[in-house]
Amino acid sequence: MSTDNVTHPHAAHVSHHFNDATQEYDSGKQGIWLFMVTEILMFGALLIGYGIFHHLYPAMFSEGAKQLDWKLGFVNTLVLIFSSFTMAISIQLIQRNQIKKAAMALAITILCGAVFMVIKYFEWTHKFHLGFYPGRFLDLAKTGAEHANLGMYFGFYFCMSGLHGLHVLIGMGLITWLLIRTIRGEFHSQYWIPVEGVGIFWHIVDLIWIFLFPLLYLVG
Amino acid sequence: MGSHSSSAHGENYINCEKGLWSWLTTIDHKRIGIMYMIAVMFFFFVGGVMALLLRLELFAPNATAGVGQVLKNGDAYNQVLTYHGAIMVFMVIVPGIPAILGNFFLPIHLGAKDMAFPKINLLSWYVFMAGALLAVATFFLSKIDTGWTFYTPYSIRTGTSVVVMVVAAFIMGMSSILTGLNMIVTVHKLRAPGMTMHRMPLFVWAMYSTAILQLLATPVLGITLMLLAAEKIFGVGIFDPALGGDPVLFQHFFWFYSHPAVYIMILPAMGVISEIITAFSRKVIFGYTAIAYSSLGIAAVSFFVWGHHMFVSGQSELAGIMFSFITMLVGVPTAIKMFNWVATIYKGSVSFDSPMLFALGFLFLFAIGGVTGIMLATLPIDVHFHDTYFVVAHFHYVMVGGTLMALMGGFYYWFPKMFGKNFNEALARLSFVFIFIGFNVTFFPQFILGAMGMPRRYFDYIPNYEQLNKVSTVGSWLILIGFLIGLYAIVQGIRKGSKAVANPWGAKTLEWQTASPPPQFNFDVEPVVTAGPYEYR
Repeated sequence: MSTDNVTHPHAAHVSHHFNDATQEYDSGKQGIWLFMVTEILMFGALLIGYGIFHHLYPAMFSEGAKQLDWKLGFVNTLVLIFSSFTMAISIQLIQRNQIKKAAMALAITILCGAVFMVIKYFEWTHKFHLGFYPGRFLDLAKTGAEHANLGMYFGFYFCMSGLHGLHVLIGMGLITWLLIRTIRGEFHSQYWIPVEGVGIFWHIVDLIWIFLFPLLYLVG
Repeated sequence: MGSHSSSAHGENYINCEKGLWSWLTTIDHKRIGIMYMIAVMFFFFVGGVMALLLRLELFAPNATAGVGQVLKNGDAYNQVLTYHGAIMVFMVIVPGIPAILGNFFLPIHLGAKDMAFPKINLLSWYVFMAGALLAVATFFLSKIDTGWTFYTPYSIRTGTSVVVMVVAAFIMGMSSILTGLNMIVTVHKLRAPGMTMHRMPLFVWAMYSTAILQLLATPVLGITLMLLAAEKIFGVGIFDPALGGDPVLFQHFFWFYSHPAVYIMILPAMGVISEIITAFSRKVIFGYTAIAYSSLGIAAVSFFVWGHHMFVSGQSELAGIMFSFITMLVGVPTAIKMFNWVATIYKGSVSFDSPMLFALGFLFLFAIGGVTGIMLATLPIDVHFHDTYFVVAHFHYVMVGGTLMALMGGFYYWFPKMFGKNFNEALARLSFVFIFIGFNVTFFPQFILGAMGMPRRYFDYIPNYEQLNKVSTVGSWLILIGFLIGLYAIVQGIRKGSKAVANPWGAKTLEWQTASPPPQFNFDVEPVVTAGPYEYR
């Protein structure tokens, strides 16, 4: 178990079952990457489902995509890419022991996540306002939908962007946890495994959005 | 042999900390293995009682008063059938060997102090329990009757607790992913000095292959079940043909996980069997690398065979032929294993202790299960046997005759190490005799019933099938007696067994080089490995 022995930063963070910090670092990194494989596979199955039905009902999917505001989606894409940048910067800064700047970078990352979610919130509520609900709740009369099963498109839209949004929220929570630990001075040039792990998670969440954005907003 | 300094004082992982709380908060992989054992044994009991109920209902046609009407109607039968299947698959056979024996022995086999992520290991137990309890809770909300496969469109139309059940299965899948991830990293990063990949025990190779499957297959099931939940709540239309969706897509997604899951169930069993057979034949295992890599081979091929569950679903004939061929391909690495085990026994000094009896039982039953698997892989034969009792008999031979025999064998094999006590060998052998005979009496007639055309999942049948169904039901009672004897042997061994020595079987792998039961961090001195795992002669 880790003890807070300040005089030996190396020994302080090596858990009981590891021989040294390198082994712990390598294990943590492999673990987070393997977990990312499962995330990609989970979204991958969604993308395959999307692809199949897009192929079956191209006109309906095109009608659905036209209802989305690509400008908002594009802004969100930029926001997320920028947040990936600040996340990466924070690791660099911790490795150089510039803790205050690192905390700032993490705070900006959380802020970007929040901006993303706020824009998402307005997009979703606007859709609800117009009657674009998923599946059977889609208001055919109010929306004036041409295709009777347009609800399927919005089913995919809300499932995919909802699951992704959930990941953004989880990521924001994790980065907040990192921020608190950073301010407490728990990370430094000898120890930053959790920061890098959460960072990888955040990059993958961004990457998934980079696939979702063109699929949902631009294709068709 | 490590010096037993701490074990000399009688300190081990069981008594190093006291109280229920120390167990519930433990991050020791051995204690977590024991906690899984208690949970899985409980669920096995529940699932087993439901199996007995099903067999009792099928003892006679419904026209017969009394026994033929144990379950009042087809709905009740479907519900019990569903819970039997779901409990046995998701809560017993899938987690069984990896979570109990894998958790306990994988780090010791590698000479590691613990799993790579001990806290995640504990978390996975809690996640598993949360999912399992949620699944059981649906029994008291509104019982689901879809079968454990949740096929659409029926699952969309039936009672609402399907949503709760699939969420429960999703949660248990998370636990499975966490365990698998933990094991892969442990194998890659925590091996003791000198423990190369090719010096790992075959049990570890099997667990490693299983973990890869858990990691790659489970997320797809997860999203499939989430889509099913979305379908039920929002009527999205992805799986509902009335809304333009495709119910067969659900089957594709479902079996893309659930067929590899069949190998998640059987690969660990093969690992256990490899350990037992070499130890009780007193011989270096024949074809170590072939057995190790055939596990990976089975894992790889398993991803391309899901379509054999769908030969009659209306997929294209070409797809059917391809899946038929690839399915037979799985037989190759499986046969490699079988022949290597037999070659290991050949001219060995075989001792027929209870673990070896279970291992030999495995070889016998798994051979029948495997050969009938090839029959069912054959497209035209499957069209004939589809959804008959032939299929039921086949997968029970593979899963019960395979996995459960290996679990029992492995359990007796490692019992002295896990608890530091000896069990009553005579009782263990008696338990084997009842389970083995009872199993064949129960399930062999079902091959014949299936060939005669008795469909599965039905709660009544025409009188022609009565005799064989009676035999089958009587067999289920023999299995019950066998497991009760086995349970008694285990409980009595834990409570009153004599003290076990460090290496009662004279086996060579690392776990036998430390005290029984092992100290808190497995070894008093980190072992240095200088040779392969099976240096018998």
